[in-house]
Amino acid sequence: MTAFAHRHLLGIEGLTREEVVQLLDLAGTFHAISERAIKKVPTLRGRTVINLFLEPSTRTRTSFEIAAKRLSADAVNISGQVSSTVKGETLLDTARNLQAMKPDVIVLRHGSSGAAASVAAVVDAAVVNAGDGTHEHPTQALLDAVTIRAHKGRVEGLEVAIVGDIAHSRVARSNLHALTLLGANVRLCGPRTMLPVGIEQLVGERKGQVRVTHRLEEALEGADVVMMLRIQKERAGAVGLFPNTREYSRVYGLSAQKLALARPDAIVMHPGPVNRGVELDPGLADGARSVILDQVTWGVAVRMAVLYLLGTGGEPVAEAP
Amino acid sequence: MTPPRRGLEQPLVLLRELLDEAGVARALRRIAHELVERNRGAGGLALVGVRTGGLQLAVRLRRLVTEIEGHEPPLGAVDIALYRDDIFQGLPRPEVGPTELPFALDGLTLVLVDDVLYTGRTVRAALDALMDYGRPRAVQLAVLVDRGHRELPIQADYVGLVAQTTRAESVRVKLAELGEVDRVVVLERGA
Repeated sequence: MTAFAHRHLLGIEGLTREEVVQLLDLAGTFHAISERAIKKVPTLRGRTVINLFLEPSTRTRTSFEIAAKRLSADAVNISGQVSSTVKGETLLDTARNLQAMKPDVIVLRHGSSGAAASVAAVVDAAVVNAGDGTHEHPTQALLDAVTIRAHKGRVEGLEVAIVGDIAHSRVARSNLHALTLLGANVRLCGPRTMLPVGIEQLVGERKGQVRVTHRLEEALEGADVVMMLRIQKERAGAVGLFPNTREYSRVYGLSAQKLALARPDAIVMHPGPVNRGVELDPGLADGARSVILDQVTWGVAVRMAVLYLLGTGGEPVAEAP
Repeated sequence: MTPPRRGLEQPLVLLRELLDEAGVARALRRIAHELVERNRGAGGLALVGVRTGGLQLAVRLRRLVTEIEGHEPPLGAVDIALYRDDIFQGLPRPEVGPTELPFALDGLTLVLVDDVLYTGRTVRAALDALMDYGRPRAVQLAVLVDRGHRELPIQADYVGLVAQTTRAESVRVKLAELGEVDRVVVLERGA
């Protein structure tokens, strides 16, 4: 097994294909633990994980908390509404104060791109980026990749459509890195106002695996996986990205009729929370081809894998002593 | 400068052979007979190999028990990586494998199978893992080699061979399933 040689998980960018595969394989083992009656192993007993969430989140925070607890770590949750940040304390001061309480891992969700990297620079604890601004959301991409692998048996060679506000989506960015690393072809699709010019350059020499289009039909044609992003309603009208949600839904919302363009066995994914009837038809969200809840289940397993690797440190070994 | 440490970087040198191919076969056959006799048959038994060394031995013991009794006991595998007590000792991180117990443990007598019994810490970890899957009626321990130097109050119910070793030595079980000729050898780190 190759070494996972990182102290922090700040993004998918910078990971090797082997490291991503190692995380996905490990997630498989942890997935099985969540199926047991006793869903807990003693691995991180006595370790402390702080979930510092300075942006609203239910699913990701709960997922990290459950992951930490299933590894027997002590999980402490701090969310934006109750933290000292409302009293004007800066993020780095908050981080230094938390560090003084000797956590082993800090999981950070923050509205500014680069926040996790800034915190990692001032603390001894391992830092996991749980979403920073429009930059990255690595555990989401890992759980998406492992869900795809579980349903399709592979990621390599698949056609994956990612549809929505690509410009503001950290999920899209992390997925672009992870899926191209694993050998998938990615179609990025959204209104021109949400589709940054040259985004394929993000993945450097793998840009040949990326196609950018503002036509939904083109993105869906023959796709194996259709990943719909949440449309942030607050961005409508006021910022001029799209006229209104009804117009967005008509052109970029996924309906059964549009999904017929994809492969007959295509799966439908969404990082949540779903705006029913905006980006995704409610019938599809609950339909047989939706794997949205599987994504949530795999989310816990992936986060256990990340906390295990970052929380134990050390170097991996090929042979037991 | 720190002097070179006698450690993992030193190559292992063969010191002696404890069991040859026939010896391994005889030891396993005797263990199979003993566990059938002690449990009055194979009903209510299940074999659980400790990954990775014990799993192949558990597969072989199951075949032998089936030959003797005409009844095939269920087989499982337990991985102890997540239950180890040395994970924060600065050692290399162990590889995590799957635990597969495709049967309900409750009420069964489990025979835990490992290749070498040494400090007893692996068995402790395996017991903790098993208890998280259910409540077996009893757990017995079968090992091919008991090399001594226990650090915990643990003993085997079935032993292929008791060997006198020093802590500097390493006992290895080589098996045909892993591309070797069946044998048990003692190795030592080169000086």
